[in-house]
Amino acid sequence: MASSAMLVTTAALDWVSAAFDAPLARAVVFGIHIDGHLVVELLLIAVILFQLSRKSYKPPKKPLTEKEIDDLCEEWVPEPLCPPISEEKQFHTPTLESAAAPHTIVDGKEVVNFASANYLGLIGHEKIIDSCIGSLEKYGVGSCGPRAFYGTIDVHLDCEKKIANFLGTPDSILYSYGISTIFSVIPAFCKKGDIIVADEGVHWGIQNGLYLSRSTVVYFKHNDMASLESTLEKLTRGNKRAEKLRRYIVVEAVYQNSGQVAPLDEIIRLKEKYRFRVILDENHSFGVLGNSGRGLAEYYGVPIEKIDIITAGMGNALATDGGFCTGSVRVVDHQRLSSSGYVFSASLPPYLATAAISAVDYLEENPSILATLKNNIALLRKGLSDVAGLEVSSSPQSPIVFLKLKKSRGSQDKDLRVLEKIVSRALHEDSVFLVTSKRSTLDKCRLPVGIRIFVSAGHSESDILKAVDSLKRVAALELE
Amino acid sequence: MVRLPYLTALTTLFSYGLLFAFGQMRDFFRKILDLWKSKNLQGYAPICLGLEDFYTRRLYLRIQDCFNRPIAGAPDAWIDVVERYSKDSNKTLHRTSKINKCINLGSYNYLGFAAADEYCTPRVIESLKQYSPSTCSARVDGGTTKLHAELEEVVARFVGKPAAILFGMGYATNSAIIPALIGKGGLIISDSLNHNSIVNGARGSGATVRVFQHNSAAHLEEVLREQIAEGQPRTHRPWKKIIVIIEGIYSMEGELCKLPEIIAVCKKYKAYTYLDEAHSIGAIGKSGRGVCELLGVDTADMDIMMGTFTKSFGSCGGYIAASKEIIQHLKNTCPAHFYATSMSPPAAQQVISAIKVVLGEDGSNRGAQKLAQIRDNSNFFRSELHKMGFEVLGDNDSPVMPIMLYNPAKIPAFSRECLRRNLAVVTVAFPATPLLLARARICISASHTREDMIKALEVISKVGDLVGIKYFPVEPQKHLTDKIQKKLE
Repeated sequence: MASSAMLVTTAALDWVSAAFDAPLARAVVFGIHIDGHLVVELLLIAVILFQLSRKSYKPPKKPLTEKEIDDLCEEWVPEPLCPPISEEKQFHTPTLESAAAPHTIVDGKEVVNFASANYLGLIGHEKIIDSCIGSLEKYGVGSCGPRAFYGTIDVHLDCEKKIANFLGTPDSILYSYGISTIFSVIPAFCKKGDIIVADEGVHWGIQNGLYLSRSTVVYFKHNDMASLESTLEKLTRGNKRAEKLRRYIVVEAVYQNSGQVAPLDEIIRLKEKYRFRVILDENHSFGVLGNSGRGLAEYYGVPIEKIDIITAGMGNALATDGGFCTGSVRVVDHQRLSSSGYVFSASLPPYLATAAISAVDYLEENPSILATLKNNIALLRKGLSDVAGLEVSSSPQSPIVFLKLKKSRGSQDKDLRVLEKIVSRALHEDSVFLVTSKRSTLDKCRLPVGIRIFVSAGHSESDILKAVDSLKRVAALELE
Repeated sequence: MVRLPYLTALTTLFSYGLLFAFGQMRDFFRKILDLWKSKNLQGYAPICLGLEDFYTRRLYLRIQDCFNRPIAGAPDAWIDVVERYSKDSNKTLHRTSKINKCINLGSYNYLGFAAADEYCTPRVIESLKQYSPSTCSARVDGGTTKLHAELEEVVARFVGKPAAILFGMGYATNSAIIPALIGKGGLIISDSLNHNSIVNGARGSGATVRVFQHNSAAHLEEVLREQIAEGQPRTHRPWKKIIVIIEGIYSMEGELCKLPEIIAVCKKYKAYTYLDEAHSIGAIGKSGRGVCELLGVDTADMDIMMGTFTKSFGSCGGYIAASKEIIQHLKNTCPAHFYATSMSPPAAQQVISAIKVVLGEDGSNRGAQKLAQIRDNSNFFRSELHKMGFEVLGDNDSPVMPIMLYNPAKIPAFSRECLRRNLAVVTVAFPATPLLLARARICISASHTREDMIKALEVISKVGDLVGIKYFPVEPQKHLTDKIQKKLE
């Protein structure tokens, strides 16, 4: 058996070698020896090509039929548009029945008002109200159009020039609402791919502007210059591309969420070292800090040209509404076409612009009012230095005196509830109107909550002592 | 719908191409000249790189005098436009003290409350003396006065919803409310021609945004079906909620939205609806209650109705009207309620008084007169413009009338020629409209009299002939021959 198999194989091999030795196989085509193994190789190549040319197996894609889409739409149940209201999230807001002056009427009682950011005491001022009345009779209430379409009234242009002259910058631009100023300015200058370094305690308006700008945002520790320097170092070290990108530092002059004041001289030094531009939000320092109220730059003695973009809301010291932004001519002109809150919105009502002009006039003529404000702040801070359970955590020159709990109760909500109790007792029992720093759920700031006391130059000494006594008494009762 | 003739499209594209080429040439020469001058940026990246502000520098600056015209009085039916001159070919403009009195076809003054009004202004001055121009505080702190509470009630009653919440600026209303209603995991479907404030609010909320073709309920249905079937992108989980955002009157087209069909589609697919009535509240509808009243839609079918006080009530600010639970939720979460200065009390009083006049609660029938007047004015003006052969967009009863211009050179020509003949119009171009569809937009007010309108029509007709924008054949004087025929019969 084995031998016949052997015979068959040898016969086959002989036949194959004979075929390979045939004269055809020995032919020389184009100078290449055609050997037998070339035939085998050609056959293998043909088989490989055949396999490659066949389509790989893909499971067939079946789109959804109309009936299946109908079923899916039937089954889908949306969430309710608003979640059920929980009791603890309710805030009771008192209703004012007169102007928000240092003495106001809340729910029928006269109270001392520490809840309005009326730093210069201009609410209820005679001259301002007279100029507003004149403006109302001439222009009506609203401006009925955006700036580009006959909404530019001559008082707007006068107000812009007045503010620019007051601060010493070439030009300024007016916005019709305080909070929309900053979240329109930031997306106008910062686009996708730019780098922004911002403080972690900035308020919601700035956070919204940073989110809308789609740039890369890096936060540094609240008011900590060492953290800022290390962040700037990390971002620019070895990064060649960083020189072609636009880079910004965003800080507030007086932080709304903590009452700290930003050290501007340090920031300018870092900005010049690492070549960043500075966007400074002067909401609570314009008209307050500095010898003549010109803001943080005057306070630190920094020339105003070194700050690239300054924004501020006029709803605080100037006691009107709206906001402005100022800087070099290039900065201001760029915003007139690319800032969405300026282009797509109706302009500021003319009587509010007139009120702003009168307020700046008043501040220029009476700089002594700033000394009154400083004394009030100092007096309040001295009185509150030994309140049970609360400590003052704002900077000495900030007009917002921020009191936070010495011992936190564990979460922001619990702290807020304790503080709300203190504040409502102060209102009902001692007729002192105070407010806590309530946060919206959309706010990403994680700084501790506290009681915010807005000091005004219109407060008298007795008002301040009354507030101090009331807080001492209520805090001792609530926090023991 | 806009029907763009072929020849016009070609000439418009050619004009833009020419302007672009010239702009590039000037940029090239500027680059060569700047090589000599030293760069004073010192290592900072420039504010605008390359072509980012090409349109501003080379196209917009040449016609800058047609925009941002300052006025020196109230924006009523007649307006005082301040003349400006330029010494460096329109790069900077300076005011003079000369004033032109023109007919005002550009301001949003639908019911005529822009100037001092006999009922509203004394009450506004009263409230100014009592509450002063600002409260310097957020609504949630110490900024809620009796006026705000009263206004919220009045607005809710006027619009036809249980409750309302106020803000000091219409733009900020949209930007701050939409993030409070919907977040990541939700879907926003908005009309393709929605206003910039809605686009910003939708982007700021973090939800996915899809667009449906302007005013097309069929396309909206298609988009809804596709999105509900697919679910969230990449994970395919079901959407948390879907909000459809539409406007009452689209300010660049002047047309009303097809509300009944869109509401039917939304109810079928369980999507929530958000209606932005910035231009339509107070201006249309039998008693001024907006597009819901005009088209016969029940206000209980709309989930959220938003509007502004700037256009019809001559004040400033915005509102949201919805059910009590939604308004309470917004008062607890909306950031603009927590951090933004509350609405100025005199402005709130102006709105209260204006609504009282419109509803007739002030004891006269001026409100009904104003509403009838604006309807008659809009229809008269629109039909006359049609007869003259202009291409006018928009539906009947809508006080906004865009006249198509198309070519970029006709924009400054129309605007300057009208100003020379004491007529103040608004011209709009890219980027507020698509590149090829530049237009002049007319806003009619209830304070325009018949004589004002006839004078304005004469001027527009003359300038239209001069500039060449009568794209349709002029209708023959049919009504005269009809009258003669009737007399003969």
